[in-house]
Amino acid sequence: MHLAHYLGLLHRAQVNLADAFRQVADAHAEEPDIEHLCQQQARRCDAYAEQLHPFVARYSEDAPDEPDRLHSQLFTGTRTGGIGLLRDLQDLYLMAAECDITWTVVGQAAYGVRDEELLAVVRRCEGETAIQLKWLRTRMKAAAPQALVVAD
Amino acid sequence: MVDRIADPWGERTPYGPGQEWPVRVDRYLADGRTDTDVDRWVQSASVLHSNGDALDIGVADGRIVGVRGRAVDRINRGRVDPKDLYGWQANHSPDRLTRPLVRDGDRLVESDWDTAMGRIVARSKELLDGPGGWGHFGFYTTGQLFLEEYYALGVIGKAGLGTPHMDGNTRLCTATAAAAMKASFGTDGQPGSYTDVDHCDAIALWGHNVAETQTVLWMRMLDRRRGPNPPAMLAVDPRATPVAREADLHLAVRNGTNVALMNGLLREIIRRGWYDRDYVDAHTLGFDELCRIVDGYPPQRVADICDVPAADVERAAELLGTSQRLLSTVLQGFYQSNQATAAACAVNNLHLVRGMIGRPGAGIYQMNGQPTAQNTRETGADGDLPGLRNWANTAHIEELARLWNVDVDTIPHWAPPTHAMQIFRYAEQGSIKLLWISATNPAVSLPELHRIRQILRGPELFVVVQDLFLTETAELADVVLPAATWGEKTGTFTSVDRTVHISDKAVDPPGEARPDLDIFLDYARRMDFRDRDGQPLIKWSGPEEVFEAWKECSRGRPCDYTGITYEKLRGGSGIQWPCTDEHPDGTERLYTDGHFPTDPDYCETYGQDLVTGAEFTEAEYRAKEPDGRAFLHSVDYQPSPEVPDEEHPLLLTTGRTVYQFHTRTKTGRAPQLNQAAPDVWVELNPADAARLGIVEGDLVGVSSARGAIQARARLCGIRPGVVFLPFHYGYFDQDPADRTPRAANELTITAWDPVSKQPLFKVAAVAVAKLAAGRGVPSPAPTVGGSAPPADADVPPTVGGPATSGKE
Repeated sequence: MHLAHYLGLLHRAQVNLADAFRQVADAHAEEPDIEHLCQQQARRCDAYAEQLHPFVARYSEDAPDEPDRLHSQLFTGTRTGGIGLLRDLQDLYLMAAECDITWTVVGQAAYGVRDEELLAVVRRCEGETAIQLKWLRTRMKAAAPQALVVAD
Repeated sequence: MVDRIADPWGERTPYGPGQEWPVRVDRYLADGRTDTDVDRWVQSASVLHSNGDALDIGVADGRIVGVRGRAVDRINRGRVDPKDLYGWQANHSPDRLTRPLVRDGDRLVESDWDTAMGRIVARSKELLDGPGGWGHFGFYTTGQLFLEEYYALGVIGKAGLGTPHMDGNTRLCTATAAAAMKASFGTDGQPGSYTDVDHCDAIALWGHNVAETQTVLWMRMLDRRRGPNPPAMLAVDPRATPVAREADLHLAVRNGTNVALMNGLLREIIRRGWYDRDYVDAHTLGFDELCRIVDGYPPQRVADICDVPAADVERAAELLGTSQRLLSTVLQGFYQSNQATAAACAVNNLHLVRGMIGRPGAGIYQMNGQPTAQNTRETGADGDLPGLRNWANTAHIEELARLWNVDVDTIPHWAPPTHAMQIFRYAEQGSIKLLWISATNPAVSLPELHRIRQILRGPELFVVVQDLFLTETAELADVVLPAATWGEKTGTFTSVDRTVHISDKAVDPPGEARPDLDIFLDYARRMDFRDRDGQPLIKWSGPEEVFEAWKECSRGRPCDYTGITYEKLRGGSGIQWPCTDEHPDGTERLYTDGHFPTDPDYCETYGQDLVTGAEFTEAEYRAKEPDGRAFLHSVDYQPSPEVPDEEHPLLLTTGRTVYQFHTRTKTGRAPQLNQAAPDVWVELNPADAARLGIVEGDLVGVSSARGAIQARARLCGIRPGVVFLPFHYGYFDQDPADRTPRAANELTITAWDPVSKQPLFKVAAVAVAKLAAGRGVPSPAPTVGGSAPPADADVPPTVGGPATSGKE
C-alpha cells in the first residue's frame, strides 16, 4: 500500500508551505497584512502537518520503498519589492495548490482504506487549505494592477 | 443653568417605555447674548460627533454667535452636545486659513487659487499621461464633509481619473460597522432607530463609551434609566467609563478578546434555550456552524481568555438572553480591536438568533465615529461604491457607467477600492505620487506616526491638503487649500440611524476659503474630465444639483434618497432613508419582516472569510441560496498580532474624551473645551502604578516598538495591565522647534482587520516608566468621563465656569 508515501508527500508539502509562509512574512514585513496573515497561515500549516503524524506512522509499516521523484521543489527563496511580493505570493499559491490536490488524493485513499479518522482530518484541512488559496488569490488580484501597470 | 463642562449631559428628563422622549432645548450664545440679539437662526446639525443632533446656528451681524438645539428633531429633541455648544467658536479662530499656500523649498508661502490649482492640475495631467496613470493618484478624505462633496469626489475619482485609490478616515472609525452589516445582512444600512432606546428593556454597549462619544444618545439612555421600568444595562469595556459605572453589569475584558467573549455569550444563550428557533430557521443561514464554533467557549474558558469572572459571563448571558426588547450598540472597543469584523458580526448574530431585530426596542446600532461617515460609505468616497453597490457585480458597475455616461471599464472594479493603509503603503513605495487629503489629519490620527510623517515628507510625493487650519498634516503638504466649514456652506448628511439632515449656509467663509464642493468641482473643470460623448463629465455648479444627481444614483438601492428634497429637509425633523414615493416620510426600521438584502443581484458583497479576508465568488455566493436570509458568521478566537511581552508588558488602548473631537482641529480652538482637556494624559490602574512607583500627576514615559511619548499619569478605574491614552493630542499648538512627543499614535501598531481593514488602535504592547515626579500637581485629565479619578483623590473637578453658561 502506497498511502504512506502520499501522506509523507503531504506532510512535507505542509511543512514546506509553513516555512515558505514564514519566509515571505519576514521578507515583506513592511506589508503588515502579509506579515500577520502569513504568520497565521504558517501556524495553520504546522497544525495540519502535526495532524498527519499519527497516520504516517499508521501506514508506514505497510509501505514499500519510496518511489523516485516523489517530492518536488516549488520554493527557492523570497524576492523584494512590489512585483517581488506578487511573485512570492504566486509561489505560495502554487505550494498551497499542491497541498490542496494532495489532500484530495489522500482523501480518496482514506475512502479506499475506510479510515474515518483520516477522512475527518482531510475534510477539515482541505476546507481550510481552500480558504488559504482563496486568500492568496484575493491579495494577488488586488496587488497586481499597481505592481504590473503602475509602479516604476 | 447647568455648567455643561462640569456636567456634559445636563439635567435628566426621565420617561418610561413606549413614551416619547421629552423635549429639552439646549443653547449657548456667546458674550451674554440672548435670543433677541440673534438676527436669524439657520438650520443645521452637528459635525463634532456622529450622533446627528439637529441644531440651529444663531447669526448676528453676519457672524455666528451661538447654537440652539432643534426641539422638533427626532434625534435629539432639542439637546446639544457640549462640543456643539462651544465648538462653533473655532470657525472664528484667528489662525483659519484664508489663502491657498504653496511650497517654496522648505516653506509654505501664501498664494492664490489659480496658482495653487494650477500646480495641482499640472502635476495631475503629467501623472495621468501614460498607461497606469490612474494608479499614481490617491485620495484620503474624511467623515466630516457633506454628502454632496463626497459624491462629487467619488465621481471625480472613479469616472474622471479612474482610480480605486480613494478612502476616508472613516476607515479608522466606521469601516467595521459597514463590513459587519454587509457580511451579516447583505448590505450596509443600520437596522435600528434611535427611538429603540424608548422601547427597549435591555441595552448592551459593546466597546462603546457612548457617554463621551455621543452624549445626546447617552442622555436618552439615562433618561430611560431614571424613568419607570428602566432597561437593564450591560457594558463591555476595559475602562471604568461613565457607561461602565452606570451599567448593571460591567465586563472589563482584556483588550483584543471580544470574539472569545461573544462566542461564550452565544453558547450560553443557545444552550439555555434563550434563542428564537423559528426566527433562526426562517431568516438565517449558518446556525449549525455557529453552534459548532461557540460550543468551544464554556464560561471558564472565556473567563481565562478575557480575564473576567466566569459567573459574570453567565450573568451577562442571562441579561441578554432574558430580555424581550434588546438594544445593542457597538463602537471602537470592537471596531478598532483584534478580530474586529468577526466580533461585530457576533453582535449581529446575537440579535439574529434571538430574533431581536426590526421591531421597536429590538435594534442594533453599528455606530459611526464621525458625523458624516455614513455618507462617505453611501456615496463611495471610501472603500465602497456609490449607492452601496457591489464592486464584484458587473451589473452594478454598468448602472454607474450608464449614470455617469462613461465606459464600464473606466470605473475601477477589478478589486475592492484600495483601503487607507494600503494607499499610504503605495505612497511609501512611490507608486502613488499625488495624495489629496481633505478634512483629515493623518499626521496625528493614523498608526505609527513617524512612518506617516516620513511618507508625507517624501520628496517624490505631491501632497495636497484641504483644511480649515494648518494642521500637522498640512505642514507637510505641497499645496494647502483653505476650505470653508460647517455654517459656511450648504449640504446634507446622515446619522447612524439613517436620518438625513440639511445644514444650510449661515455666514460667508473667511478670506478666500472655499466650500470643499467648489474646490472639487473646480478641479474637475480644470482637468476637463469628459464623458463618453465628449461632454463634461461633471456639470454641477452647486450642492442641490449634486444632491439631485445623487438621488438618481441611490434609486432602488438600500440608501434610497429619491423621496427627499432640500425643501423637505428644511423646517422639520430629519428624514430616515430609504425615503421614496412609496415611503415619503422615510423608514424608521429596516428588516421589519425578517427579509434581508442578501439576494445575489442586490447584495453589496459576495462575502469574505472573516479570518483572512479571502473573497468568495459570485458562484459560491449563489450556491448558498441566501434567499433573503441573514448570515450567521462565526470564527474562533485568535490572539492579537501584538501581545504584551517582557519588554512591553502592558496593553495600550486609545480613545476619546467628551471634550475633544478627532485631532482637536476645532475643539482645541474652542476655549471652554480646550480648558477642560488641555493636554494629553495616560490612565493607569492604581495597582500597576504602585508597582511602577507612579502617583497621580507624575510625568510618565510610554513606549512601544514604534516610538515613545510623555504624558502625566491619571490613576483611575482602568483594568489592571492596560493603559489608556486619548488620541486627540498632536503638535499644532506646540512650538515647531520644540515639540514634546505626546501623540498616542506614535505608539500604535500598523496592523488592520483582514475584512474591514480598520487599524488596530486598541492592542499595542507598551512599557511605562516614571520620568519625573508630579509634585502634587494632578494630570490634565478631566475628572469627568473615563478618566475620572477615585472619589477620594485630591484632584480639582473639571468645571467650565462663567464662560460656559449653556442654557437648557
